[in-house]
Amino acid sequence: MKSIPGFRLAPRTYTGKKALWGFVYVLPWLIGFIVFFFIPLLSSLRYSLSSITANSNGIIVHYIGFKNYVEALTVNTSFNRTLTESIVNMVVNVPLIVIFSLFLAVLLNQKFFGRTAARAIFFLPVILASGIIMNLESTSLVQAINDENSGAKAIHSLGSFELARMMLQAGVSEVIVDYLTGAVNRIYQIVSQSGVQILIFLAGIQTISPQLYEASKMEGATGYEAFWKITFPMVSPLILVNVIYTIIDSFSTNAMTDLIRETGFKTFNFGLSSAMAWLYFLAVAVILLISSVLISRKVFYQE
Amino acid sequence: MPASRLLSIQAWKGWLWSFVRLVLIAGLSFVILYPILQKIATAIKDKADLYSPIVIWIPEHVSLDNFRQVISIMDYWVTLGNTFTLSAMTTVLTAISCALAGYGFARLKFKGSNLLFAGVVLTILVPPTTILIPVYLNLKDFTLMGLVPLLTGKPVNLLNTYWPFVLTSMTASSLKAGLYIFIFRQFFRGIPKEVEEAAYIDGAGVGRTFTRIMLPNAVPSIVTVLLFSFVWQWNDSFYTTTYLTSSKVMSTQLASLPYNLAILLNDGQSSSADPFYLSMVQDTGILMAILPLIIIYIFVQRYFVESIERTGIVG
Repeated sequence: MKSIPGFRLAPRTYTGKKALWGFVYVLPWLIGFIVFFFIPLLSSLRYSLSSITANSNGIIVHYIGFKNYVEALTVNTSFNRTLTESIVNMVVNVPLIVIFSLFLAVLLNQKFFGRTAARAIFFLPVILASGIIMNLESTSLVQAINDENSGAKAIHSLGSFELARMMLQAGVSEVIVDYLTGAVNRIYQIVSQSGVQILIFLAGIQTISPQLYEASKMEGATGYEAFWKITFPMVSPLILVNVIYTIIDSFSTNAMTDLIRETGFKTFNFGLSSAMAWLYFLAVAVILLISSVLISRKVFYQE
Repeated sequence: MPASRLLSIQAWKGWLWSFVRLVLIAGLSFVILYPILQKIATAIKDKADLYSPIVIWIPEHVSLDNFRQVISIMDYWVTLGNTFTLSAMTTVLTAISCALAGYGFARLKFKGSNLLFAGVVLTILVPPTTILIPVYLNLKDFTLMGLVPLLTGKPVNLLNTYWPFVLTSMTASSLKAGLYIFIFRQFFRGIPKEVEEAAYIDGAGVGRTFTRIMLPNAVPSIVTVLLFSFVWQWNDSFYTTTYLTSSKVMSTQLASLPYNLAILLNDGQSSSADPFYLSMVQDTGILMAILPLIIIYIFVQRYFVESIERTGIVG
């Protein structure tokens, strides 16, 4: 560089240097983004608008317009049902998971005997509840038998039955009662899907400065008031984060993704499968948009 | 005395709350541990105990037959080795590439870097299913934008090799990589700028600042990403069953375990495949598959739980 000073390409200021290095640091990701994400995304869009036939030379893509979409929505027997089921599941579970994990994070943040052990147990689902294990577990026959033998099922349903009757008599709306008793019966599913969310909330709660709580205590606030006036507003940005994470997590593996894969790899109808994938993506995107707009209106930011 | 009465009510409330909390936490812990305990109880049972109505938790005839079956059918030790290699490899590569990208996005701003970060967010939001088929076809005839045919004359088939995993994790686009980049970026943004400027004044370049100053400070986020990435890769069935259909790794072996077992039982001298027995062996298989993870977790959990609280997932 010294011998040919006129050959300098960029001004080597500190910021200039940093910008250059920034590009170098991001480069591996950028290559991956283009090769393994952006080009596939575009070709997926192209496939969804084409009929695809494979022969020995490779694949032949033939543009047919929106036929695949029409087929997915009107002809295919399981697409509409699976899509609605996946979305309903998502809509039902997401609020439960978020509320439940906030509650547990508050609980696990308090000081009590055995807190470390409790935390270790509650984060165990982060490790166990994913992918193949969850799939196989839902079909376990031994578990079903054992439940029958030990009478767990009977106690289980009896418990939520009593609960339901109690709430109905107290004049709670039937829809809400069904929702809550359903939640009691699905408690394992909810617990096992809220590991990461508990972590995020817990981390958020611990960043709230203790002075706030001290001050409120001096003013005579109860724990209940402290929660609603301090903890809740301070973690509200994380509610948005957690809602988005839960939605994304719930669509990473469900009946819909199975259907898309089967259409693609069992019947080799790549066009239809891509169309389904795009419809699914659009549905999810709409849900994400609606929920983030709704929540971010209520979110409190300190700045 | 009103003051002491108030005090005692407060104390009672405290006690009551502790009790409720204890019941809640114990109950939920039980709900979480129940499947694992149950799998352990099932795994050490003999076939004879399966239909015995008096056996629920503690078996009458303890046997290790299930383990023997699973070890031979899953080819357990080979599978364990393969899975470990695969997970460890992708984990290390992913952590390196995501840390670089995260630091780049957090501190080394250049023209268009915000636009590129929007790309990272997009990779988190688009379901992997949407791009699965093009990626699959791409890997089946891998050309790397025309480079590979130039060298060898024809595209290579990367399916059923580890290459898809190596390539995607080197380029920070493997399983949930967007999330890891996000975690790293948030964390690096939390480290004060003055530290970096001081290092620069002392003569450290960007690379040295990164390796000597930033990375040692980023240990909590590195641990988080390492653990998440390892565990999720280990359990992953989405990519593994697509890219690695014939290789022996945990998730493919688990997925085909019931099938393999049924074939084995029907050919052998024993009875026709009993679905309950199949399920029993399958439970043992799941237990054996997650056992290494549980052992690792027992060792790192304290560190993990502490570190994640300081990671900066929280913006």
